[in-house]
Amino acid sequence: MYQRDRLNSELSFFQKIKEIDYTLLICIILLSVISLLVMYSTDGGEILYHTKSHFSKLVVFFPMMLFIAFFNIKYWHTFAYIFYFLIILLLLYVSFFGLKASGSQRWMDLYLFVLQPSELMKIAIILCLAKYYHRVKIENVNTLTSIMLVLSIITIPIIFVISQPDLGTSVLIALSGLIILWLGGVRVKYFVYSLITFLISLPFIISFLKPYQKLRILTFLDPDRDPLGAGYQIIQSKIAIGSGGLDGKGYLKGTQSYLDFLPEKHTDFIFTLFSEEFGFIGSVGLLILYTIIILRIIRIGAISRSNFSKLFCFGFAFSIFIYIFVNLSMVLGLLPIVGSPLPIMSYGGSSMLATMIGFGIVLSAKINHKQIIA
Amino acid sequence: MIKQNLGIRKSDVINRRMFIIGTAKIVVLIGIVARLFSLQINENKKYLTLSDKNRIREWKLPPTRGNIVDYFGNIIAGNLKVYQLHIIPEQVENFNYLLMRLKTLLNLSEKKIQKIVKLKNKLKPWDSIIVSENLSWSQFLKVNNYLYDLVGAKPVMTISRNYPFSEMYTHVLGYVSQPNEEEILENEIVKERFVPGMKIGKLGLEKTLEKQLIGTNAIQRYEVNAYGKRINQLEYQKGQQGSKIRLTVDTEVQKLSSKLLSNKAGSISVMDIYTGDIIAMYSSPSYNPNLFLFGISQDEWQLIRNNPLKPLINKTLSGLYSPGSTIKPIVALSALENNIINTNFKVKCTGKTELYGQTFHCWKEKGHGFVSLKNAMKQSCDTYFYEIARLLGVDRLNVTAKKFGLGEKVLGEYFDNEKKGLFPNTSWKKNNLGGGWVLGETLITGIGQGYIQTTPLQLCLMTAQIANGGYKIKPKIIVNDDPLSLEEAKKSMELQLLQKPNTRLFNNPKNIKIIQEAMFSSTNEQFGTSYRSRLDDPKYQFAGKTGTAQVKRISKRERELDLELEQIPYKDRDHALYVAYGPYKDPRYALSIIVEHGGSGSKAAAPMAKELFKLIIDRDELRDKQSNFENINI
Repeated sequence: MYQRDRLNSELSFFQKIKEIDYTLLICIILLSVISLLVMYSTDGGEILYHTKSHFSKLVVFFPMMLFIAFFNIKYWHTFAYIFYFLIILLLLYVSFFGLKASGSQRWMDLYLFVLQPSELMKIAIILCLAKYYHRVKIENVNTLTSIMLVLSIITIPIIFVISQPDLGTSVLIALSGLIILWLGGVRVKYFVYSLITFLISLPFIISFLKPYQKLRILTFLDPDRDPLGAGYQIIQSKIAIGSGGLDGKGYLKGTQSYLDFLPEKHTDFIFTLFSEEFGFIGSVGLLILYTIIILRIIRIGAISRSNFSKLFCFGFAFSIFIYIFVNLSMVLGLLPIVGSPLPIMSYGGSSMLATMIGFGIVLSAKINHKQIIA
Repeated sequence: MIKQNLGIRKSDVINRRMFIIGTAKIVVLIGIVARLFSLQINENKKYLTLSDKNRIREWKLPPTRGNIVDYFGNIIAGNLKVYQLHIIPEQVENFNYLLMRLKTLLNLSEKKIQKIVKLKNKLKPWDSIIVSENLSWSQFLKVNNYLYDLVGAKPVMTISRNYPFSEMYTHVLGYVSQPNEEEILENEIVKERFVPGMKIGKLGLEKTLEKQLIGTNAIQRYEVNAYGKRINQLEYQKGQQGSKIRLTVDTEVQKLSSKLLSNKAGSISVMDIYTGDIIAMYSSPSYNPNLFLFGISQDEWQLIRNNPLKPLINKTLSGLYSPGSTIKPIVALSALENNIINTNFKVKCTGKTELYGQTFHCWKEKGHGFVSLKNAMKQSCDTYFYEIARLLGVDRLNVTAKKFGLGEKVLGEYFDNEKKGLFPNTSWKKNNLGGGWVLGETLITGIGQGYIQTTPLQLCLMTAQIANGGYKIKPKIIVNDDPLSLEEAKKSMELQLLQKPNTRLFNNPKNIKIIQEAMFSSTNEQFGTSYRSRLDDPKYQFAGKTGTAQVKRISKRERELDLELEQIPYKDRDHALYVAYGPYKDPRYALSIIVEHGGSGSKAAAPMAKELFKLIIDRDELRDKQSNFENINI
């Protein structure tokens, strides 16, 4: 206990500043700048609504990230369950009083911006489970009660999100949760068994899907089935990326997006626009930037003393990776369209808020990597 | 594993499992980069093409048709600037308001408005609707004045077919008009080049020469956005005008023909007897082809359709007539060729001949007395020809007639409405009518009545081939790449004779000479049937043969009445025919004239030949000068 007090009290403000992971910080700033430039391009080379809004969100959320970073990681450990239950409450609220748009009810109006609690749940689930596995004795990890408890922590928010309906986000929440289970030490054979069970029950799951979700899967399997309808997005996205070539069509010169052939270019298909204008070189560059960010987060986890920090950093790094993977696979035509944003790049406040909170906690973990949490 | 080592540290488990995931991540990342590589590097070309296909849209403009000129380079089917009004639906703010404004400005009918609305629903919003195909200058100005109030309407200047000599050439050229669906689908080239507002040949040379005349589309390439809205023009590719086509016809002669036949139904054709060039080909009455360009009105159409003189029928090519006495040169030639008669052979004409109880009349009731071949031709004695036809038999006559082109199409490859006509023989009757040939039928065939049917152009060709000394020629109406001068034509004819002896239409050149002389006397000697129409100046002197074709059997009572032409109902009057060639000394041109229900050939048809020959021979020198195409400034 003395050790904790000592380490805690010794970190002054300047020490904290010194301990910040500047590589990660610079990468985040770089990513933010790129996202602003791309947003400017989606507005057709003018500073219009999306650029302005994206900029103002960065202006608010980036300092917020730093603010979070300067809190000791132990407070985030303390807040983890509360945060989780808060988001559950928000999900509950949304399912009754939420805003409706294009057939689903996922948003709540906060006057300044519209919040999508399910996006925040992606972070909350990691925080909550990281705390759980930090606290649980390693011998008890594989007990039935433990596993049932953890599974219900994951399942409760997913039920809310699926009923919104929002398949993409619920899959991402589930994956974020399961990765902590994996990291926490749940037996490999359980994962194998569940995967087999999942594959067997897949046809039944599909029969429970909403018609538009089924259509998306069918369209993914054969986009040319209905080239002007459901397959349109995949086809146009592939055309845009493919036509970018090695070095792209040039900034602000992407014809596919400029002439409105690309749907949802601000959000889910932002990478398509980027890839059309900057080509293979630009796309790989962006991937490298993301990879550096992920590797830095993993490194922070590796040097952290507390298992809470480790679990959170690894879990967060994995979920960022999963968001990127799902988003890119979707725009490249490798996965069905599930509607998942690209972290920081995509337009959307909630997603950015969640990612920035995550980055903030990771930075805090770095600053306090020597901190031991009871 | 974990259970076995209870002492294991939790952080080791976390780190080890992180490592496993890290490896999986790298694999996945490589997969994504590989996919990027395959899309952007390997398949770049394919997707670039697709992206261009997305953003670039082509608008084809109607092609400009090639001009058709006469032998002297005068444009007889050209192109004219016209002013049109188009609507581009996607640019219209208020469709109903626009239509209302246009309706009052241009006096559009309610039907037209409904048609536009229908079109609007059918076409894509960026396809233009043609509101008016041919605005007058004042309408065009009016529209331009109110343009600020007509958002979405676009005045357009475009090019349209024009026939400067209006009805003069309708039966030669045909006309162009909007194609119907079937015509678009049938013709590969039309299908490929079709754009709304395009016209295609519907008849005559405009139709048969479609491939050469049509030209290629001009192409506008625009960059468009996902909603099809034009953003900017990328390229304008000029179209190529269709080929120019030069015909053998002479507009002056054509004009005279139409003047001579005005208010009459009939046909005039004039042909070069060596080159086969058709110098004039006019079927009367004609109609104005310009009426069809923008859709003919119902009233005008009814007027043409219901005209009793039948302007829609091309009489030169598809009018079938009994040749009457104009066939006599062929009958006489056949008899000479088959050694049935010689110049000394004489027949006594008493005005009628009895055969198996049937009476065959000569046109001259009192009879011609003893007539030789020359006199029989000159005075067109029917009795003489009954007799030689009887001696000759229809089958031998048929052989000679076929040689001279009767019963065959003359310009069949260019005019799908041309008729073959008919020259009967015994096996034809057996096969088609199923009866045995009767001798009486031979007799009336000998004077060009009965089953025999010829087109005016066939008679012209027949006369031309007698005039040129009995050589087969191939009539043509389009000037080939190297048009032949007279000398060259004669030379090539001799050469052709050596190579293909069957192009010689006679056995003994003397026989042709006899026929030519007989035809000369018919026009230039006293008592000749066309003596009154002769031209004495040797420069213009021509030889011909009249014909009067009965359209119905003359009853005994009618024969006794001997009515004047005006007393006979129009429908029952005889057709007047005349075939001739000239100048006699050195023949160059042949012609055939038919005046439907004109009465006798000598009175109604032969006088026209007199005027025609004057003009044709006066223009002979001019025509020879024009034979070299390159010297003409068109």
